[in-house]
Amino acid sequence: MDTAVGTGAEAVIFWVIGPLMVIAALALLFARKPVHAAVGLIFVMIGMAFLYTTLEAPFLGVAQVVVYTGAIMILFVFVLMLVGVDAADSVAETIAGQRAIAVLLAVGLAAVLIGVVVTATLPTAVGLTDANAGTNPVGVAHEIFGKTVFALELVGVLLVIAALGAITLTHKEALSPARNQQAAVRLRQRAYARGEGSQVLTPLPAPGVYATHNAADVPALDPQGNPIDVSVPRVLRIRGQELAPSAVDGHVAEIAQGAYLQPRPTSFGELAGETQDPPTQSTASGPAADDPTASGPTAHETTRNTAEETQS
Amino acid sequence: MNHQVVADFSNDTWWIWVIKAVAIIVFLLLNVLIAIWAERRILGRMQIRPGPNVHGPLGLFQSLADAMKLLLKEDMTVKAADKFVYVLAPLITVFASLLVFAVIPFGPEVSMFGVVTPLQLTDTPVAVLYVLAVTSFGVYGIMLGGWASGSTYPLLGSVRGTAQVISYELAMGLSLVSVFVVSGSMSTSAIVAAQAPFWWCLALLPAFLVYVVSMVGETNRLPFDLPEAEGELVAGHMTEYSSMKFAWFFLAEYINMFNVSAVATTLFLGGWRAPWPISAIGDGMFNEGWWPFLWFFLKMWSLMFFFFWVRGTLLRFRYDQFMNIGWKILIPTALVWLVAVIGVQSVRQFAEVDLRQMLIWIGIPLAVLLLALVFWPEKKKPEPVAAGPVVFDPMADGFPVPPLPGQQLPPAPRRRTVSAGSVVAGATAGPETKETGDE
Repeated sequence: MDTAVGTGAEAVIFWVIGPLMVIAALALLFARKPVHAAVGLIFVMIGMAFLYTTLEAPFLGVAQVVVYTGAIMILFVFVLMLVGVDAADSVAETIAGQRAIAVLLAVGLAAVLIGVVVTATLPTAVGLTDANAGTNPVGVAHEIFGKTVFALELVGVLLVIAALGAITLTHKEALSPARNQQAAVRLRQRAYARGEGSQVLTPLPAPGVYATHNAADVPALDPQGNPIDVSVPRVLRIRGQELAPSAVDGHVAEIAQGAYLQPRPTSFGELAGETQDPPTQSTASGPAADDPTASGPTAHETTRNTAEETQS
Repeated sequence: MNHQVVADFSNDTWWIWVIKAVAIIVFLLLNVLIAIWAERRILGRMQIRPGPNVHGPLGLFQSLADAMKLLLKEDMTVKAADKFVYVLAPLITVFASLLVFAVIPFGPEVSMFGVVTPLQLTDTPVAVLYVLAVTSFGVYGIMLGGWASGSTYPLLGSVRGTAQVISYELAMGLSLVSVFVVSGSMSTSAIVAAQAPFWWCLALLPAFLVYVVSMVGETNRLPFDLPEAEGELVAGHMTEYSSMKFAWFFLAEYINMFNVSAVATTLFLGGWRAPWPISAIGDGMFNEGWWPFLWFFLKMWSLMFFFFWVRGTLLRFRYDQFMNIGWKILIPTALVWLVAVIGVQSVRQFAEVDLRQMLIWIGIPLAVLLLALVFWPEKKKPEPVAAGPVVFDPMADGFPVPPLPGQQLPPAPRRRTVSAGSVVAGATAGPETKETGDE
């Protein structure tokens, strides 16, 4: 294969990817949202990987993506995206004279780098064919683990020190054993037995589901049609955003008022009252069962009262 | 050792590239359609129900109909979304998933319209690293998709997904390194060639096991489907996507399953090489021509079946358990194994020792150690201290509790056995029938 620089397909790829990379790099500078800037940077990295590969350095190209795009940028984006969709960069200076210091340091860095580049003496190039004689990764391996192995190990030690430092700085002695799920349940049950805390041991009922309303803020109804307040998330209740079922659905309001439980005034009053009265209640309530017209609302009231006691 | 690419692409022309590239895309899309159907049928079979069986023979057209439905559904863009990234994310995912098969060898050299060419689109000396690079690029789809939806569940799903894929990629990469070390190459065709005498799934069993676990984690499949745990996060990063944008994510998930299966086949299961008894037939005639495509296909699909089987068998892990498996079991195992492989390999390289002899000398002490561990007298557990008669308190701590192990329930008061005579008496006596036996 012809390895001369800038021939044929290689030039085409360069002139297609190069301008796109410039645009992405500018996006990195001028994007208002940090995630957009990160996307621009990712594009630049991928473009560079393409160029490395066309320049017969496949190992460098792939390592670029694995290390920089796949590991380092992921961590950056990980933090960025937790900031939120609408977060934009703040341009306020938090340190006095920040810009002046930044400019000064940039000039200093540029001076050092230019000095190094100008004074450096490069060995004569051996040519791509010789460098990649035993395939590209093997050539790179000889270079890294042969001549520069000491520098490589120094970098390794530096990284280990950095990791240890991070662990030391974020480490915190446990003052008490971590509370596991079993202990948490036990504490909750003790509190229940003492009459403190939540007096509902089972999972709380889910909020009501209504066809015409997003229902997290309306309570579910119990079998008697009474609203169950604890079914609405606590935060909404504390904020006062809980709705009554009647505010959502007139039919539900009718149920909640007990319209379907109370006997309707019909010509066969007593018979209708008996059929509509739930049989369990009539047996349980004992003497009241003799008077079906009275038992409906009474039973209804009792359930409502017990429901309220449970919630408080 | 041979570090070079084994496959010879020198005869390839541009139209051979086009044919191979198009064939790979078609192969993947058709396989995905079949995989969705097969998964539902197999899961149905495991759960004793028929699965899709209405549309087409054996219900084969079900996934085609589903795909058409997804294409024609209303394409919604949620109001809070970051439009550009929202559209970009599914494209990244599907783009990355389609790239992996470029370096997977389907077979040895075949004659294609008069041109002798390997059954593989391309190969480089860093082909497997390329696979890792492409996978790590694909993570951005999950990540940006969840972020751009501007909603809580997708964001949580994408955070989970990213953490999961990064953690499991480490274990996966480490298990692959031991394959590189013994094969002496990172090129897929060279790795397949190195497995001619012996498959690496046997020689490098621990690495293979680590790879199999991490490949399930990497593809976000049950029991590791935490990013889209439907009981907790609706559908994770895909919650706010509909129509074709959702279909891209869905397609990419299935193609990724094929990707990891194909990589496992190539690196551990001998690639396109025929399994042992068949490979011995007729002087290796089944390792020539188009036959190997069949073996590759069967091996890949048996791994796919493994995916479905696992999904039908195991429950989803809790997130901390899942992370513990990744960081405390898989990565240390892979590291220890890698050091062991490198040790053996370096001794071989520098000391000219016979491999069999060395393995015997390593294996005997290991076997002795293992036997000793198996037959080591167990430390006697302290007898449970008998703290007097165990009294069962049914209202311990003030609420009703069941008896603990070792506690006896007090005899329950039984209702008096009802005889025929007492029934008649009870019927006349009315409410007094409800008397219990404790009188």
